[in-house]
Amino acid sequence: MEYLPNILFVIALVLGIGYFTLNIRKVIRNIKLGREVDYGDHNKERWGNMARIAMGQSKMVVRPVAGLLHFVVYIGFVVINIEVLEIIIDGIFGTHRIFAFLGGLYDFLIGTFEILALLVLVGVIVFWIRRNVQRIKRFMSPEMKGWPKNDANIILYFEVVLMVLFLTMNAADLNLQQLGAAHYTAAGSYPVSSFIAPLFEGMSESSLILLERTAWWLHIIGILIFLNYLYFSKHLHILLAFPNTFYGKVTPKGQFANLEAVTNEVKLMMDPNADPFAAPDPGAEEETPAKFGASDVMDLSRTQLLNAYTCTECGRCTSECPANQTGKKLSPRKIMMDTRDRLQEVGKNIDKNGSFQEDGKQLLGDYITHEEIWACTTCNACVEACPVSIDPLSIIMDMRQYLVMEQSAASNELNGAMTNIENNGAPWPYNQMDRLNWVNE
Amino acid sequence: MSETLKVPTMAQMMAEGKTPEVLFWVGCAGSFDDRAKKITKAFVKLLNNAGVDFAVLGTEESCTGDPAKRAGNEFLFQMQAMTNIEVMNAYEIKKVVTACPHCFNTIKNEYPGLGGNYEVMHHTQFLKSLLNEGRLTVNGGTYKGKKITFHDPCYLGRANAIYEAPRDLLKKLEVELVEMKRCKSRGLCCGAGGAQMFKEPEPGTKDINIERTEEALETKPEIIAAGCPFCNTMMTDGVKNAEKEDSVQVMDVAEMIANAQDL
Repeated sequence: MEYLPNILFVIALVLGIGYFTLNIRKVIRNIKLGREVDYGDHNKERWGNMARIAMGQSKMVVRPVAGLLHFVVYIGFVVINIEVLEIIIDGIFGTHRIFAFLGGLYDFLIGTFEILALLVLVGVIVFWIRRNVQRIKRFMSPEMKGWPKNDANIILYFEVVLMVLFLTMNAADLNLQQLGAAHYTAAGSYPVSSFIAPLFEGMSESSLILLERTAWWLHIIGILIFLNYLYFSKHLHILLAFPNTFYGKVTPKGQFANLEAVTNEVKLMMDPNADPFAAPDPGAEEETPAKFGASDVMDLSRTQLLNAYTCTECGRCTSECPANQTGKKLSPRKIMMDTRDRLQEVGKNIDKNGSFQEDGKQLLGDYITHEEIWACTTCNACVEACPVSIDPLSIIMDMRQYLVMEQSAASNELNGAMTNIENNGAPWPYNQMDRLNWVNE
Repeated sequence: MSETLKVPTMAQMMAEGKTPEVLFWVGCAGSFDDRAKKITKAFVKLLNNAGVDFAVLGTEESCTGDPAKRAGNEFLFQMQAMTNIEVMNAYEIKKVVTACPHCFNTIKNEYPGLGGNYEVMHHTQFLKSLLNEGRLTVNGGTYKGKKITFHDPCYLGRANAIYEAPRDLLKKLEVELVEMKRCKSRGLCCGAGGAQMFKEPEPGTKDINIERTEEALETKPEIIAAGCPFCNTMMTDGVKNAEKEDSVQVMDVAEMIANAQDL
């Protein structure tokens, strides 16, 4: 029975990490439902973007208040995880504060963790106030009603609980150290929990041990639950922000990709030597894709699907969108949320049936309306605003391509402009031969 | 305003065995829209005055395909693009300047993948380079000390990260440049991009150009400077909507420079 805690700990760890791995594999499988993209040869730039935008948080600080608070929580998260390493080793081997031998460095580390924990706590509380008391506009959009709102709050509560448990654990430990309890060797400095410790003064050694152990166990189990919650929440950005900034667009924002299948066809049309009746070369490249543009998640690229899982619904895109600001239905954040929701639905369909079975639904129409797609001015404000290089505009453009090239579903006005371009080389009905008239007017 | 414009076409140049320094891509708005034609002429006056050896395609020019592509018609876009590229490559064009950020973006970024490789400049960049080379002088004149705000066209600013060339020119005009709350990389769209120019907006609470013009008017400008024929139209409509057309003008940076020089 001596090893019972160790065994329980290892079981919790294996279950926690195992289930998380299982779900992450689903995320990867779902992303791979998308089209493969040749992301070209910009590795140096891509690593640079990841370092600057994801690790360096360069786009977060465009909005200084949220940026600074987020920076604190981000640093806290990264640094306090060093402590988790100690907790895991202690848990497996039944040791207590295994890194205590580091002496002065250990004091410094624990002290740093404590200060960061306090700052994270403050940051998270301010975040909660911004969402629930101050009710900042971008958190109040229609797409944020219900689950997305609760999801955001649950994440904040998680963080509060984890930080409080961490500090409680340290405060109880400090009391035990001062009592000279066995195994609780004096180690670490406690700049924050030393203010909590007096609350527990006068408690018996056994109650203090119970308190310390309870906080310790709840803290690590809380971390494992939080880890597994990520998959079900909008919070995957803490992991996916890194690959997402790496795969983000490196060409000018105004450059939209040219569809290769169309290029081949247009070249054929314009080639005076082409024989339209020629049999295709045997073994030549595969036939043209069945579909132009995108109407469902499988038509999107892997990068776009990674974008959808990375989105943390901060709404900076939507708050900068000119269409959204003037009351149109379009919200770039909703485009990303819908894409993820549909992708999850398709994923569950695959889990259930082994492969995707037609469910009579698609992203365009059942999730994203035509009205949203047509309200976009392609101004790139959403792309510019995203702190993790998500590109909602590319999804909008792919859907327009589907609507126009597959469904001929452009409005009459747009069809008129396009007919003019086709017939007289300008979106207005002027004769191309009059193009130089301005010189003499 | 009396002197005649010298606007040679590529066809004429070629017939004379000459290759111009740069092709001026006029664009559909610049060729046909009454307001934009004035910008085209102002820019040509500056080119003539600086002795720039340029030519236009004239009747051989056709829509770049930008609105078609942004409306989702990739097929029509590529038809336009390849036709234009064939014409430009036939004339062995190396350098292109245009006063339309949409044409600029398309030719610069989307034509290379289809076989059209040119050095492409927005007219504000080109004027700035003329200034640097000493071929163009810009001084305040009528605009000295006037309060002016610059509206960043999306396809020049965010799309291609060009924010300074038009501002540098305005500073040379010795104006009092005041920035709107949303400017440069966070500038608000005028509402015309993505083929919106050619359709009614979706239902909403306000038109985008009204929102943007109100923001511009908050800076109490005498002139709203623009660098795009579509932005110009949208902002002009916005100013009319606010019934401020008597006190606030919407002008292209090139027009202002031409006016300041009394061209």
